[in-house]
Amino acid sequence: MPDTISACCPECDAAVTFAKSPLNGEVVRCTDCGVELEVTNTDPITMELAPEVEEDWGE
Amino acid sequence: MRIAMLYTRLRVEERMLLDAFEQLGPSVTVEPVDVRTESFDLADPGKWVGFDLALDRCVSLRASATVTRVLERFGVRCINRASTIEIASDKLRTSLALEAEGIPTPRTIIAVEQTGALEAVERIGYPAVLKPTVGSWGRLLARVNDRDAAEAVIEHRATLGSSQQQVHYIQEHIDKRGADYRVFVVGGSAVAAIARRSEHWVTNTARGAKAEGTEVTGELGVLSQRASQAVGGDVVAVDLFESPEGNPDGRRMLVNEVNHSMEFRNSVETTGVNIPLLVAQHAISIAESCRSTQGVGT
Repeated sequence: MPDTISACCPECDAAVTFAKSPLNGEVVRCTDCGVELEVTNTDPITMELAPEVEEDWGE
Repeated sequence: MRIAMLYTRLRVEERMLLDAFEQLGPSVTVEPVDVRTESFDLADPGKWVGFDLALDRCVSLRASATVTRVLERFGVRCINRASTIEIASDKLRTSLALEAEGIPTPRTIIAVEQTGALEAVERIGYPAVLKPTVGSWGRLLARVNDRDAAEAVIEHRATLGSSQQQVHYIQEHIDKRGADYRVFVVGGSAVAAIARRSEHWVTNTARGAKAEGTEVTGELGVLSQRASQAVGGDVVAVDLFESPEGNPDGRRMLVNEVNHSMEFRNSVETTGVNIPLLVAQHAISIAESCRSTQGVGT
């Protein structure tokens, strides 16, 4: 396993790094362009723009 | 011991919880389960019978309420319980649960049609606050300062909203002087609190309010614990206002709402309390008692 776990931001192509192996559905923010991303696959890691808030989301 | 952590998006909070369980040692296996990829055969619990407990962390209320209801039918103890989620996610049901226990809340009037809603706003007086009964993060709250605004908001809800929006939940406006409180209650104990301040009348951190840690003392702690008990909560966050009226010796606390799937990413540092660790410890404690009740060997 490489020392750094990372994947490319689909918005700006910057490297997004993970402290631990990500899980499907994990939400991260690209530190370069600031968009919120959701992990859609873990091997290899792929990400998509996270969906907007839906009506039944909350605490 | 096996605990399922149910989620629909794995946010910072869920990652903090996984780290907390890991910190508590190898005797507990926590399996994150993305419920979006699951289906549930009501006649065959399948893998779910192997779990001692399910910790619900779904950001979707629909997913939380549905999955916990099914898992409880399968005999899996859930945190929070399905009944708690159903009460806490509905402002009307929360108000009724708090009122039933004599817990002070803002004055609230319910109406199911426009005519009754407008009459209710006039009775409450201006400014009044109109809220959807189901919703979070301060969405679709409206403060109306006069009859013209009240008529407009009520008509918009009736015309554009879902049938749920036709339930008019109307509250007195509390002058909270720019701040309100959130108390984190774990296993019945008020463990941490933050004060939320904003120049906007909605003091929700999802709407930009700033949070700072505060002591859980006196009425703040007692009312929060009573509110948690009123909804049957295991792990909840209770929101309170300080009302300038109604108490001869000064301001008094009112419970505004109870949150069943609390966020805490910004509250650990501000309060100095390791909230996810306390949640994990509580979950393990409940799971252990479930195992001993069911006679499962460790």
